[in-house]
Amino acid sequence: MRWAASLPLSGRIGLALVVFWLLVAIAGPMIAPYPVGRFVDQEVFSPLTGQFWLGSDYLGRDVLSRLIWGARYTVMLAAGAAALAVLAGTSVALFAAIRGGWIDEFISRAMDTLISIPSKIFSLVLVAAFGSSLPLLLLIAALIYIPGNYRIARALAVNLAEMDFVAVARARGEGALHIAWREILPNMIHPLLADMGLRFVFVVLLLSGLSFLGLGVQPPYADLGSLVRENISGLAQGSSAILSPALAIASLTVGANLLIDALKPGGGH
Amino acid sequence: MPGQAANPPAWLGVSRLVAKRVLSALLTLLLVSVVIFVAASLLPGDAAQEVLGQSATAEQVAALRHEMGLDRPAVTRYADWLTSMLRGDPGWSYIAGMSVRDLIGTRLVNTLSLAGVTALVSVVLAMTIGLVSAINRGARLDRALNVVTLSLVAMPEFLIATVFVLIFSVKLVWLPSIAMISEEATWGETLRSCALPVACLAFVVTAQMARLTRAAVADELDRPYVEMARLKGVPLRRIVLFHIMPNAAGPVLNAMALSLSYLMGGALVIETIFSYPGLASLMVNAVTSRDMPLLQACAMVFCAAYLALILIADIVAILANPRLRA
Amino acid sequence: MTDPARPAVEVSGLCISVELPGGSSRPIVEDISFAIPKGEVLALIGESGSGKTTIALAMMGYSRFGGHISADCIRVGDMRIDQMDAAGLRRLRGSRVAYIAQSAAAAFNPSRTIIAQVIEPLTVHGLASPAAARQRAIDLFRELALPWPETIGDRYPHQVSGGQLQRLMAAMALITGPELVILDEPTTALDVTTQVEVLNVFKSALAKSGATAIYVSHDLAVVAQMADRIVVLKDGRIAEQGEAAAVLHQPQSDYAKTLLAASQPVERAAGPSRADSVLSVEAVHAGYGRIREGRAAMPVIADVSFELGKGQSLGVIGESGSGKSTLARVIAGLLPASAGTVRLGGETLAAGLAERSKEQLRRVQIVFQNADTALNPAQTVFDTLARPLAFYHGITGAAASDRVARLLETIQLDPALARRRTAELSGGQKQRVNLARALAAEPDVLLCDEVTSALDTVVGAAILELIDGLRRDLGIATVFISHDLSMVRAFCDEMLVLYAGQAVEMCAKEAFPGSAHHPYTDLLVASVPELDSAWLASRGGQPGPAMPEAQVTGELCRFLPRCPLVITGTCDRLPPPLITAPGQRVLCHRHGKAEPSDQEHLVTGASR
Repeated sequence: MRWAASLPLSGRIGLALVVFWLLVAIAGPMIAPYPVGRFVDQEVFSPLTGQFWLGSDYLGRDVLSRLIWGARYTVMLAAGAAALAVLAGTSVALFAAIRGGWIDEFISRAMDTLISIPSKIFSLVLVAAFGSSLPLLLLIAALIYIPGNYRIARALAVNLAEMDFVAVARARGEGALHIAWREILPNMIHPLLADMGLRFVFVVLLLSGLSFLGLGVQPPYADLGSLVRENISGLAQGSSAILSPALAIASLTVGANLLIDALKPGGGH
Repeated sequence: MPGQAANPPAWLGVSRLVAKRVLSALLTLLLVSVVIFVAASLLPGDAAQEVLGQSATAEQVAALRHEMGLDRPAVTRYADWLTSMLRGDPGWSYIAGMSVRDLIGTRLVNTLSLAGVTALVSVVLAMTIGLVSAINRGARLDRALNVVTLSLVAMPEFLIATVFVLIFSVKLVWLPSIAMISEEATWGETLRSCALPVACLAFVVTAQMARLTRAAVADELDRPYVEMARLKGVPLRRIVLFHIMPNAAGPVLNAMALSLSYLMGGALVIETIFSYPGLASLMVNAVTSRDMPLLQACAMVFCAAYLALILIADIVAILANPRLRA
Repeated sequence: MTDPARPAVEVSGLCISVELPGGSSRPIVEDISFAIPKGEVLALIGESGSGKTTIALAMMGYSRFGGHISADCIRVGDMRIDQMDAAGLRRLRGSRVAYIAQSAAAAFNPSRTIIAQVIEPLTVHGLASPAAARQRAIDLFRELALPWPETIGDRYPHQVSGGQLQRLMAAMALITGPELVILDEPTTALDVTTQVEVLNVFKSALAKSGATAIYVSHDLAVVAQMADRIVVLKDGRIAEQGEAAAVLHQPQSDYAKTLLAASQPVERAAGPSRADSVLSVEAVHAGYGRIREGRAAMPVIADVSFELGKGQSLGVIGESGSGKSTLARVIAGLLPASAGTVRLGGETLAAGLAERSKEQLRRVQIVFQNADTALNPAQTVFDTLARPLAFYHGITGAAASDRVARLLETIQLDPALARRRTAELSGGQKQRVNLARALAAEPDVLLCDEVTSALDTVVGAAILELIDGLRRDLGIATVFISHDLSMVRAFCDEMLVLYAGQAVEMCAKEAFPGSAHHPYTDLLVASVPELDSAWLASRGGQPGPAMPEAQVTGELCRFLPRCPLVITGTCDRLPPPLITAPGQRVLCHRHGKAEPSDQEHLVTGASR
């Protein structure tokens, strides 16, 4: 709590938003007022009422329930993909940085190639090739963001590997595993966590963008991007069925960004 | 100058450096083509079956497989594909029944003009915001701009687009929500119909670019040479323009190239929402219809454009660096 | 109107405080008052954190970390700095008060030509046209004894040497004829031999310009040459001030006495006489890049040999780039030698780490210069010290805690510090832990790479004292790598002088006084400033280099281009011979000859 209080205002807002959406994602099934796929309203695109807090969607389903479930998919997919990307990227980066030589050059060249394919373009190619089931989407998103994490982790690891305390460990006779795990990695944790947060935001934006285009999460599942897409016909009347999932995504990603920015050394300026 | 007479002329070193960058970019593009080809060829199931549907007979599928070249080894197919790409004829779309080249044709021009206008708007805005933030580093204005740009880069494009449509097309009825590009349209009509797509795209790109520009300039602000200049009584504005910019040119240019690459991702959503007849919406359709030759060609065009941007930024930064010219 | 008795600079009741995140403020400088008569030099001396630079910058109304400056009075000439607004301060900076920074390499903008930056104080304040400013700069370059004064300004900062850049910065400061010049440790980043030249040039340029000056430094001997008055600072307060000679020779305050004592290390008795050899280095070559026929593509050290007995200490001395740190890395195995052998006891050590046994690695320990980077900031003191105990000796659990506590006692630190993260320690504490980690291995050979250069004089002196005691008590053979001749002479039994990777001289402590030395050793000895304020002036008559433009190739003496005693036709044609005398080895054509004649040397030189 003392830690949260030390953040600037923007950071505290970000923290509150992130915690809120994490709780929604975890507790979703328990707090959703209606089953996610049930048609509960006679009307479609009905406004906010006591019965349907966020109105109903284009088929007369409860928007709040669908939003809670959508957030669950969005958060879980993005968190999984971001964690996977950082785990894989950092492991490979540590390996490359410590081995050095042609192995490092080969891996770095391969990662440079992958990073020079714009992420959304790459995701379209991969979705077209492999399909878009939930596990595949998670893997695709992770794959796309591995090279970015690799680059950052490798730069960190190479800098650390040149530090004198690593030279001391090498001169002591320590093996590569000890050096990577005990000497280098503990000093990378903070920037890596920040990077994971950023990748989380990227994945949320990527997957909801794909879903919005109808190429991401497929029915019967729906993430927040899918909710915006399926209710696009309600745009003309400014229906909450389309605005609330859009705002939900924005509050999640903006919140995460504000939090990460406040945690940076000298953050929040 | 004594001791320097033996050195080769400076332009030689620079042109060698530039040549190296060009070669490296070409190599990357080649590797990218391998990745895209491999990814697109890993189609689970059979591409020929896909085109013909479930009702096709085994003979029909085999015939189409042969026609599509799927019965030949992957390396040969890659080589053929690459050479036909290089000749400017990236194959035949079996789904659309047209050559990919004809499909891409005018749409590429449309996307390039959309991107070009957006880039122009964004660069001007972003430079202004970035420099103003950096000069006022830590002040209220900088902090406010930081929160605004930070929030904007985290906004999905479709949120900005739907909000803009809701406000400008639905409520105010000022601008059309469909971008009509046709031969007959007047300049004014074209501009009107492109206003919303450009504004939406520019929003996200500008925020990203302004942040990176500010970071590049602010990085330099802490250098001892900046303190020295302040202690010489040089005004801050002059320090930023004449002392910092020569050093920050590389990172700033790189920041711009990187942010402009956001244009491509953004264009996918924006073109689709506004039914803009560009390459990005074509690519989205290609995914939906699983039109792999078209998809591969579109992906290569975007990657080539991206690499070209980065390369140009790199070369300009090299040419702008007096230490490399001297 | 100007009263000749009125001092040119007057400061009274100066306080500088920084705002803390909570909104409260902490003073970093308190209650500073001094006055400087016109044309005199006032030195601000103190250790890091004493506030000396902060005070000096307040003369320009500038504070680095946005600190708040308040004072009863800060006056320079007729200007009240403490009452000026931002615009007024901007007009004064660079025109009437000028600043010379510690590192010219960092203070010059790397992307602009030197001349553009040197004339900027004139052009930005509208004091001269660009053409006139350029001419003024060229005149100043000539005055500051810079080579090629007409064209040197057209270069970029990375194209000139460090000593030249420092003088070019002085030109930038003096170009407007300021009333007050602030020199902030202007020679600290330079090698000692370069420092002398720069000090000489600064001194005469200041005298000629008639400017009043504030000279910030931690080095008492340098201050003795430059200052008329001295203010000694401790923790942001004045400990003592007065005439330079009085402060240096009859200090009143305890703190000034401590500082003086630490700056003049007392010579220790030599260690045990040559016992059985522990470490021997024979004809070692090393460098970076691909190795072909025993020579690296970028060679750093060439043909270095020495031997070291149990409990003895060897000082390796040389300027930056001489290869002294590389030598330590070669012995430790971090950089495999391209040729030559390193022996430990009787065993020949493999060149690389991977081929050395754990026991061999244990017996040679290296202590790096900068404890900030030598200690893993993510680990606690206990983690740092327990690892070598577990790794080499298999000591874990309660036994390890015991040993760590005892190690901390040995290096005179509170055992309670074991639980702290290394990043939380002070510079001196870190360096002690750094040392304790090496001691935990119970080594036979300790390689100390510039272990005090990142520390304040008093803290550094205590560390040296500690190492000296340990090697005598525990019989650890010690190699001190240093650029500080007086330190090496005080603490080492033998001295190895490196120049550009060549071991130009090896000399035992007892043989040092009175014997003839290599010309580079002589230059080093003559370059170390002394507390005597007449020292700098007395050094004016040093002979200049005989062949400044000579190109050194192959096996020739590397010192050739700077040597004042070159024998033309010999030194530039033949590799220098190694002359051995009792307790001394010198790599020089001149050596051992009372009245050398050129013909004679042609013969002896060829016989090597």
